[in-house]
Amino acid sequence: MTRIRNRIQRSLLASLTVVVGGALALALIETPQAGQGLTGIAADALPQSGVTNPVTAVLLNFRAFDTLLEIAVLLLTLIGAWALRLPRPRLERLPSSIIFDNLLRVSVPVLTIIAAYLLWIGAKAPGGAFQAGAVLAGVGVLLHFAGALRLTARAIRWLAVVGLLVFMGIGVALVLISGALLQYPLAQAGTLILVIETAATLSIAAILTALFVAVEPENRGAVT
Amino acid sequence: MLTWFVDGLIGLTILWLAWRAMSIKELYRAVTLFIAFGLLVSIAWVRLGAPDVAIAEAAIGAGLTGALLLVTLSRLRQGTLKRSKTESPDDSDT
Repeated sequence: MTRIRNRIQRSLLASLTVVVGGALALALIETPQAGQGLTGIAADALPQSGVTNPVTAVLLNFRAFDTLLEIAVLLLTLIGAWALRLPRPRLERLPSSIIFDNLLRVSVPVLTIIAAYLLWIGAKAPGGAFQAGAVLAGVGVLLHFAGALRLTARAIRWLAVVGLLVFMGIGVALVLISGALLQYPLAQAGTLILVIETAATLSIAAILTALFVAVEPENRGAVT
Repeated sequence: MLTWFVDGLIGLTILWLAWRAMSIKELYRAVTLFIAFGLLVSIAWVRLGAPDVAIAEAAIGAGLTGALLLVTLSRLRQGTLKRSKTESPDDSDT
């Protein structure tokens, strides 16, 4: 009896999936060729953005407010994860072995340089704070497994908030100078974007690594 | 012609890997397939002309998420090992 019911449920689910999937595919095919959208406007404004990579121009200049909020969301995620107070796992570091140690010796410096390169190249080619931060977070995870990630709770907290602090600080300073939030003066736009992206890279790397570890760092000393 | 073939191959392999990752019984293999899936998706993003997304997908989708799943798997195993020895299952949390 239950088997028959299961079979009916399954076939109902399957047909539902086919119908929804088919409708989505049809909608995709039927969609008229997308118009220009904002591509033209963004391309025209590119010389005023301080960078030459259109993606970075949109993320850090034209729609910088969105990126600011994204970094705030990342920070909130970390606070939420820490608030769960997960138990500390027993296996926190991998046992030392020739393969793992040599992998670390090669990959940690190389990945760090790749992260710095991605951050720097973001102004003119694909790259930028998020990609650089993700690669740097990979370094953090590797070091965590080696038991070599020796940062105090205070340092981790500062690293996690520095991106948002710098971003907001520059934003507020620009309100006072140019009268609008995150409206960079043309001459300093490139530098300001690089400063924000550097701080954001550190924060993204710290937050992603901390989310990976998931356990809140212990309070050594007076961390409030 | 050749690009169509390669693109089609990438697309089909992504679908196949996704199916395998979902359907396979062994969790470790499923995670490995998922990582391979993430790498191929990032190649697909390159082919679609979105290198920014490709880098993010490779680093986060394949790298960090893959590592996260592997760790989860090992902790799950630890959990079951411990749980079978002790009689109280409420060892986690709090």
